[in-house]
Amino acid sequence: MEIMPFLIPIALIMAAFFIGGFIWMTKKGQYDDLETPRHRMLLEDDKKVTHTKEGEL
Amino acid sequence: MNSAVTHREGKLERFSYDDQIVRLFIIATLIWGVVAMLLGVTIAFQLADWHVNLGVPWLTFGRLRPLHTNAAIFAFCGNAIFAGIYYSHQRLLKARLFNDTLSKVHFWGWQFIIILAAITLPLGITTGKEYAELEWPIDILITVIWVVFAVNFFGTIIRRRERHIYVAIWFYIATILTVAVLHIINSLEIPVSMTKSYSIYAGVQDALVQWWYGHNAVAFFLTTPFLGLMYYFVPKAANRPVYSYRLSIIHFWSLVFIYIWAGPHHLLYTTLPEWVQTLGMVFSIALWMPSWGGMINGLLTLRGVWDKVRTDPVLKFMALALTFYGMATFEGPLLSIKSVSAIAHFTDWIPGHVHAGTIGWNYLLIAAIMYYMVPRLWNSKIYSLRLANIQFWTATIGLVLYIVSMWVAGISQSLMWRAMDASGKLVYPNFIETVIKIVPMYWVRAIGGTLVLTSLIIMVYNLYKTAKAGSISSEPVLEAYALDDSSLEPGASAHRKLEGWPMIFAVLSLVAILVGSAIEIVPAVLSKSFIVKMDVVKPYTPLELMGRDIYIREGCYLCHSQTVRPMAHEVLRYGKASEAAEFVYDHPFQWGSKRTGPDLARVGQKYPNMWHYRHMYDPREVTAGSIMPNYKWLFTDKADYQSIMKKMNVMKTLGVPYTQEEIAGSLAAAKAQALVIKDDLVAAGVPQAILDKEIIPLIAYLQRIGVDYGKSEVQP
Repeated sequence: MEIMPFLIPIALIMAAFFIGGFIWMTKKGQYDDLETPRHRMLLEDDKKVTHTKEGEL
Repeated sequence: MNSAVTHREGKLERFSYDDQIVRLFIIATLIWGVVAMLLGVTIAFQLADWHVNLGVPWLTFGRLRPLHTNAAIFAFCGNAIFAGIYYSHQRLLKARLFNDTLSKVHFWGWQFIIILAAITLPLGITTGKEYAELEWPIDILITVIWVVFAVNFFGTIIRRRERHIYVAIWFYIATILTVAVLHIINSLEIPVSMTKSYSIYAGVQDALVQWWYGHNAVAFFLTTPFLGLMYYFVPKAANRPVYSYRLSIIHFWSLVFIYIWAGPHHLLYTTLPEWVQTLGMVFSIALWMPSWGGMINGLLTLRGVWDKVRTDPVLKFMALALTFYGMATFEGPLLSIKSVSAIAHFTDWIPGHVHAGTIGWNYLLIAAIMYYMVPRLWNSKIYSLRLANIQFWTATIGLVLYIVSMWVAGISQSLMWRAMDASGKLVYPNFIETVIKIVPMYWVRAIGGTLVLTSLIIMVYNLYKTAKAGSISSEPVLEAYALDDSSLEPGASAHRKLEGWPMIFAVLSLVAILVGSAIEIVPAVLSKSFIVKMDVVKPYTPLELMGRDIYIREGCYLCHSQTVRPMAHEVLRYGKASEAAEFVYDHPFQWGSKRTGPDLARVGQKYPNMWHYRHMYDPREVTAGSIMPNYKWLFTDKADYQSIMKKMNVMKTLGVPYTQEEIAGSLAAAKAQALVIKDDLVAAGVPQAILDKEIIPLIAYLQRIGVDYGKSEVQP
């Protein structure tokens, strides 16, 4: 299993990367605004100007 | 609130959406959906009664099954994904698709690919790798069209008028990038001719790459795009915000990171190194969390509108689709546990599981978004709620019949395979006994499938009437502020800024996927000590190589595996457990994933040549009750001896140690070996004219499978 010395460091680096990323994101206020986006997507069609003939923009 | 949310400092711009391309993709979805399911029902009846193969080469199970899977995944689901993505992408980003011409090239290019598949697969033009059967020129075309799609998609992101990138689009991004990587890496092959190529990987490596692709085709073609569609269409249809945006973020990152590792659960108990198997199993079990997180997020979005679920077809189909998604993603990790896989693998439980996902999740979600989009795009109302209701119940009953019959068939047969009496002998030594027992379940499945097809036809009719009653109006003109830096709110969170940089986001996603993939695949491909070579294992002779190509062409691997798992009952039934070194010259590997018939890893020299001759002509001559089709054309069609030298050369390029003399003399060697087999058959009463027919190389190959190690004195 010569593969283990290759696998273990990579697994550790990745684990560190994700834990670090998680801490960083939390500290940066990653989860501050989780309300607006989910409401905004419901409001997309509200700016309809008019129905015009095709190509008449 | 409205103005507060959308107020921008930028310039007010007018634009419209390209809905015509969405309409085209919707029409294509419905047409190919019927074709894909019709093929599915056909092959289901072929398994119930072999006569349905009709004795026609291009209608035989082995050739129609790849067409069914490719049509269902890439034609039906593919077109639905493009329709749903193009519809929601424009609306979420307040921008028209990047380029109308690219959209058209995407649409017609994809339909052209599907038509090429529909022509080549029944002709037996196949790479022999499941869900990746299309040959190399089509592979290249797929890559080109996929890039067109990607450019159109990312171009739209660049031109967007909405800074924030909604969760649905992350799922689309992951889909586009990952499918590209999967497709390219798994399709690496060296051409022999326009219609034939060999995978650059062999044996265990090929198996690992193939199932890394195969499972991620499920993950990134049938799951992530549909989750993206779910995150758009469920809130829109319910007119309620998604239950938890926080959960959707966690859902996305954990799903894309974990899914990419799960492939090896298709190879448990094979000769793949143990640690790769364990890794695949552990990550598959971990998938429970994100999968159920996503399902819960979808279902809880329907809180407070459950009364509407009873009446509105869109919500009704979504609720059922999410329920089946939850069921299929519960069953998947369960099947990935080694001890469960020991029972379920190679049985009908697996197609049952797959269809819980493809019919239960994909088809029903497609139905929901079709009922959402068609009335809006054709300015109409759903023609008949009653028909939608009938469709709902027909599909549900059909699917339940399908799943339950396959559970019963799979578990019954598996228990019969492994049944041993007190003296350690197999209770059912004849494989056919275990087949005959489950044929009634094949009938139930075929009936269930017919009901599902019927339900789809009902929807096509309903949507046709819906569209016909409406009209396509001119594209509405919309207004939104152009995007400039002022719309990036000061103090926005890190993730929000990340969302504003789609390219960087895309690259990071890709890195996450590649890291997972590299750790599993790179060592397997590169490590020299990965496979201990065995001196007894020699390359195929030219004639055997020709026979192997016929084996691949007829799709034998779809019903016969070529790998003996190290279990007492398998060793008793088939012979020595397989070793990795046995497959080093197998470009592509032919382990298969289903045992509708017995494993063939040790079939070489098990029966006389004449047995194979009679068996291929009519399997029932030697095995009463066999459900295998007849292969009578192998006795009249001439074998292709002319391309053998080219094939040998390609194999040499791939690392098979043929000498220059062997290659130069390959034609003569093939003919000499054919003569020996012919003489043997003639001695048993076969006419001399059989010499140049396809059955000869096929027998040569079948008599060679697993012999080098299986018949040797070498011990494991």
